[in-house]
Amino acid sequence: MGDPLFANGLNLAVWLILILKAVVVFVLVLVSVVFMVMYERKAVAQLGVRYGPNRAGPNGWFQSVADGTKLLFKEAFTPRGADKVVYKIAPYLMLVPALLAFSIVPIGGTVTIAHHTTDLQLANPPWGILFLLMCSGVSVYGVMLAGWASGSKYPLLGSVRASAQLVSYEAVLGLTTVTVVVVSGSLRTSVIVAAQHGGFLYHWNVIRTALIPFAVFSIAMTAEMARPPFDLVEAEEELSGGYNLEYSSTDFMWFYLAEYAALVTNSAIIVTLWFGGPDGPRIAGHSIGPVWWLIKLLIILYIYVWIRATLPRLRYDQLMDLGWKRLIPLSLALLMIIAGFQVDREWGIVAIGASLLLGAVLWRAIDVGRQATSVEAARHERVAEEAGQ
Amino acid sequence: MTWSDELASFLPRFFRGFVITGRLPFKPKVTTLYPEVKRPKPERFHGRHVLNRYEDGMEKCIGCELCAGVCPARCIYVRGADNPPDAPVSPGERYGFVYEINFLRCIHCDMCVEACPTEAITESKLFEWSFVNREDAIYTKAELLVDDEGRPQELPWEDWKPGDERNTSAWLRATSPSGSAASEGQPLWSGELGHGVRPAQQGQSASDAADFPAEFDLSLREMVSGALRGIGVDGSRPSRGRPPASGTEGHNGPEGQP
Repeated sequence: MGDPLFANGLNLAVWLILILKAVVVFVLVLVSVVFMVMYERKAVAQLGVRYGPNRAGPNGWFQSVADGTKLLFKEAFTPRGADKVVYKIAPYLMLVPALLAFSIVPIGGTVTIAHHTTDLQLANPPWGILFLLMCSGVSVYGVMLAGWASGSKYPLLGSVRASAQLVSYEAVLGLTTVTVVVVSGSLRTSVIVAAQHGGFLYHWNVIRTALIPFAVFSIAMTAEMARPPFDLVEAEEELSGGYNLEYSSTDFMWFYLAEYAALVTNSAIIVTLWFGGPDGPRIAGHSIGPVWWLIKLLIILYIYVWIRATLPRLRYDQLMDLGWKRLIPLSLALLMIIAGFQVDREWGIVAIGASLLLGAVLWRAIDVGRQATSVEAARHERVAEEAGQ
Repeated sequence: MTWSDELASFLPRFFRGFVITGRLPFKPKVTTLYPEVKRPKPERFHGRHVLNRYEDGMEKCIGCELCAGVCPARCIYVRGADNPPDAPVSPGERYGFVYEINFLRCIHCDMCVEACPTEAITESKLFEWSFVNREDAIYTKAELLVDDEGRPQELPWEDWKPGDERNTSAWLRATSPSGSAASEGQPLWSGELGHGVRPAQQGQSASDAADFPAEFDLSLREMVSGALRGIGVDGSRPSRGRPPASGTEGHNGPEGQP
């Protein structure tokens, strides 16, 4: 259950190994961000029939290093109206949760350092997956405070909009995560992964929960990361850049880093929750969990880039409609249905029936609301017309 | 439309989008790898100026300052001087003693070229140059003058590939010849040392020259339409050569003219 590292209590060696693991995970996330920026740019270029960056370094793979260096040497600028302390803290409020969330991802297998065996996972708390929800909750503060502390109108509007989006989709994210927890019977990520072992693909949660919760979860996750098609947070047309408009140099780099760290981390979470983590067939009798984990991660990341290259950005009302009117009721129903099937087949069928009934009621309510709005709009139009004459 | 119909019509369309983009990485790329591969430039491209010479090595510039007078950006500075009788620089009475162009100001409008009575100043196809101080930005006569073979000089801050220095002759009219019947079919290029005069472009009103695009235009359009066809979009296909005399079959048909 727990990490075998703590079997003999805490001593200096254990502490050192823990620090080493923390540093390795930290470096891993940072390196993965540098990689991901290039991976995305290359892949999105390929999807747009282009080559992508191909000048800096071998085949252009050092482009993100060059970009990062450029950002570092730019002028760090604080607007006059800014709340200095909050303005400086906000990027870290976004960066730190994105880095921390990676610590609960099990990469699979164990490693032995100086007679101490330890899991390839930094932290394995009993409240594991709640930690992810906490991290994505805290990062909203980064977005909100960055816009507020800039002392400027556009970032403020952008941050209000962005935090509304993030908070809305957090509910969906939480509810669909609970379906996994219900199926696996634990919040621990290592247990969630272990529960999916035993059969390639067949035992993975994405199949066990019949795909739809995964679809809802991944939509919510995409919105939570503000990735296309939900990248209204960026809003370059109407808010000339969104919440991080007034940031430059290193502070801007933290936002950028946090965005991509969140992308990598959340893709790793998707692999953990839905695709069995490091689960996969043995090759020549060897368990190669980390390799399977990496392959799955790269595929998920590619799909995110693919989505970016394919789907146009949603409008804000469409985004909110999708979140509140469709996904939240749907994820509630899915949670009820899956919980029902966990208890008994009959309860599951009852839950499906109840969900359909409640769905019909909700649909009717939305319809009535829509009609009322259109009637109201028509009345306003008429009044305006009469006033015009 | 009920929600199930909505979903049933939405989902196939949704995933078809992914199929379309998913096929693209396997198509030939549309990018031109610029410094290695260069697209042909438009025939009337306005690049940096050159000062031309006659076949016998005499300079064409007579120091009349018409180019300086017509320049809307006031970037040309010319001073003429009397030709020394024993070693004349130009065939006439006077020659361009000082000739400077400030390329921080020049807008490459080509009006100096039109004004020049002796076709001395023309614009080449060169544009790959990056000076880093104002001294270098002001091209002196020694830098603008072509060599004995008619080639422009390559300055340290300029980056050429072989062939870039060709076609330095200039289009002598800013306006199209279609306006004047007399100038149709006339070569409106100035002569070019070592290359002679390029053939005339067709006027727009010539019946067999309608929609007869330049080489550059054609290659660009062929590339774009090829790329579009490659990704499954049936766009227009440019016609190389002459269009059909009385063809009602447009060039936009799926099987356009070869």
